[in-house]
Amino acid sequence: MGAITFDISLAFYFCAMLFALLDLFKGTKTLPKLMLMSALLGFGFHTIYIIYAGFSEGHVPIVNPHEATSFFAWCIFLLFFVLEYRYKLGLLGSFITPLAFALMFVSFILPAEMKPLPPILQSQWLGVHAVFAFLANAAFAMAAGVGVMYLVQEHYVKSKNLGGLFARLPSLYVLDEINYRLITVGFPLFTVAIISGSIWADNAWGSYISWEPRQVWSIISWLIFGIVLHARLLAGWRGKRAAVLSILGFLTIIGAFAGLALLHKGQHVFP
Amino acid sequence: MRVLVAGLNHKSADVEVREKLAFSGEKLEPGLKALLQLAPVKEAMIISTCNRVEMYMGIEEPEEAIRQVKQFISSFHQIPAGLLEKALYFHTDTAAVRHIFRVASSLDSMVVGEPQILGQVKNSFQFALGKKATGALMNKLMKKAISVAKKVRTETKVAENAVSISFAAVELARKIFNDLAGKSVLLLGAGEMAELAARHLMTNGVSEIVVANRTFERGCELAQTFNGRAVTFDLFKQEMVRSDIVLCSTGAPNYVVMKQDLHDIMKERKQRPVFLIDISVPRNVDPKVNGLENVYLYDVDDLQGVVDSNRNERGKEARKAEEIIAAEVEVFERWMASLQSVPTIVAFRQKAQQIGEGELEKLFNRGGFDEAQRKAIRQMAFSIVNKLIHPPTAALKEDAEDRDTLIVLLRKLYDLSGD
Repeated sequence: MGAITFDISLAFYFCAMLFALLDLFKGTKTLPKLMLMSALLGFGFHTIYIIYAGFSEGHVPIVNPHEATSFFAWCIFLLFFVLEYRYKLGLLGSFITPLAFALMFVSFILPAEMKPLPPILQSQWLGVHAVFAFLANAAFAMAAGVGVMYLVQEHYVKSKNLGGLFARLPSLYVLDEINYRLITVGFPLFTVAIISGSIWADNAWGSYISWEPRQVWSIISWLIFGIVLHARLLAGWRGKRAAVLSILGFLTIIGAFAGLALLHKGQHVFP
Repeated sequence: MRVLVAGLNHKSADVEVREKLAFSGEKLEPGLKALLQLAPVKEAMIISTCNRVEMYMGIEEPEEAIRQVKQFISSFHQIPAGLLEKALYFHTDTAAVRHIFRVASSLDSMVVGEPQILGQVKNSFQFALGKKATGALMNKLMKKAISVAKKVRTETKVAENAVSISFAAVELARKIFNDLAGKSVLLLGAGEMAELAARHLMTNGVSEIVVANRTFERGCELAQTFNGRAVTFDLFKQEMVRSDIVLCSTGAPNYVVMKQDLHDIMKERKQRPVFLIDISVPRNVDPKVNGLENVYLYDVDDLQGVVDSNRNERGKEARKAEEIIAAEVEVFERWMASLQSVPTIVAFRQKAQQIGEGELEKLFNRGGFDEAQRKAIRQMAFSIVNKLIHPPTAALKEDAEDRDTLIVLLRKLYDLSGD
C-alpha cells in the first residue's frame, strides 16, 4: 500500500510540473488550475504515504535518504500551497514544482528498504529536529525559487525588454518581500533545528557538536541566511543581492543534503 | 510657393541623435532666424519635442531647399552631414501636408493618440507667428492642421484609448513597486510631459508629489495643483533620498543626475528601489545610472517598448483617422492650387490686354479717326477681349476638380510662360 501511494503521488506531481512548465510558454487560464489540482492530488497521496510509513515505523519517516528527500518535497509542496492560497504569485508553480518533483524523483530512485533505527538515535528529539529542519529547508527552497523569479523579472525591467514573462511575473517589490518573509520564517525554524539537533547529539554521544561535515554545512547555511537577514536590516541588502544570497544559501543546503545522502557517511546515517 | 518638411523623429533617429539636433529653449529663436536666411526658404516654423525635431517651410525650388536645409542643420548643430543622412527625412507638397496633419493629429506620435503633440504644434506655430517667420501659406496650413487634429480627436477614438507615455510609466512603476500607495514622486523640472505623467501617477495612488524646479515660483504653482510641495532646485538630491519615483524633464542641455550622485543617494536610502523616468531630450540622467542596483532608469525611447504592445488595438481607429486626414489633405491641396490660379489669371488678362492694345495702336497709327470714334472703337475692342476671357477666368476661379488641368492647358494654349 505504501509504495503504490508514493508512485501515484509521483505521477501527479509529474503532471503538475508538466502543466506548470507549459504555462511558462503558453499562458492560459486553465493551465495553472490543472497544475494546482494535480499538485493537490499528488500531495494527498503523498500525505497518506508518509502517515502510513510513520505509523508502521513508529516515528517520523525520515530516517533514510529515500524518506528524507520525499519528506523534503512534501514540505515544499505544503509551503507552496500556503503561498498560493495567501499571495497567488503568478508563475510561482512554474519555478517551484520542477524542484519539488526532482526531489521526489531522487527519492523514487533511492532504495526504500528500512534498516532498524539504532537505539541510540531513538529519541523525542529526532522528530523535533527533523521536522523543524525540513520545514526550514522548505522555506529556504521556496525563497530560492522566489529569488530566481526576482532575478528573471529584474532582468526584464533592467534590460527594458518587457516581453516574455514580464507581464505575468509578480512585481519586484512583492518578490523581494516574499523572499524576505520566507527567510525570516525559515531562519528561526533552522535555528531551532540546529539547537534541538545538538541537544539530541549531546544526549546520544555526549557532545553538542562533532564537526562532521553535515553539521559544518548546516552552520555555513545558517550563517549565510543570518547574513541575508542582517545585511538587509543594516545595509539595505535587498533585491538582487538578497535573491542571489538566498539562492546561494539554498545551494549549500541542497549540496550538503545531496552529497551526504549519497555518500551516507558520518553520524547522520540519514541526511 | 511649395511646402517642405524636413526633420527627424523617434522612428528615424535614436534619442542620442534627437537630443543633439533639438532646438530646445534658447536655441529655437536663432535656429528659426538662421533657417529663414536660406535663399529658398520663404516661411518657416520649427517644432522640437522629445520625439521629433521638424522644420515646416514654405519654399521655392525643392531640390535646392533640401540641400541648403541639410547643410544648415549640420552646421547649426555642428554635426557631420554624413551622420544625418539616415536620420533626416524630407517631404514636399502633398506628402508634406499629409505629414504635418498626421503629426498634429498624433498619428505620427510614438504613442499614437497622445494628447500633448497638438499643444506642442500650436506653441511652435505661435512662436513662429510671433517672430513673423510665417506667411499666408504657413498660417493657413497650420490653422488647418490644428482643425484637422481636433476633427480627428472628436470623430475617432484614437485619442480616447491613447496609451501615453504616462500610462507606460505607471505600468512599469507597478511592476517595480506593486502598489503605488505610499510612494512619493519627485518632479525634476516642470515640463508639460512630466506634469501629465505625475497626474497619472497621482490618480493611480501615489501619495506625495514634490516639485524641484529651476524657477521656484513655477514649481510652487505646479506643486499647488497636486497638493504637493515645492523645493528649490539645488535641494533635489536630498529629496531623491525620500522619493521612489523621479520624473525628470528639466530641459537642461546636459546630465543633471550623475551615477555617483545616485550611488550616494542609494546608500542613504538603504537601497530601497528607485524608478527614474527621464523624459527630457537631451537626456538629463546619465544612462550609466541604470547599472546601479535597485535603480531602474527609463528614457523616452525605452518607454516606447512598453507602449508598443498596445499598438495593435489602436490600429483600427488610426485607419479612420488616416481617412479624415486624406480628405483634408485634398481640401488643402485645392486651396494651394487656387493660389496658383491667381497668377495664371493675371497673366492671361495681361496677355489679352496686350493683344488688344497692340491691335488698337496699329489701327490708330494709320490715322483717320477723331477722338469720339477712337473712344468707341477702344470700348468695343476691350468689351470683345473681356467677353472672350471671362469664361476661362471664371472657370479658374471656381473650386473645380479639374482646375489643375485647366491651368496647365490655358498656360500652354496662350503661351503664358513665367508668372
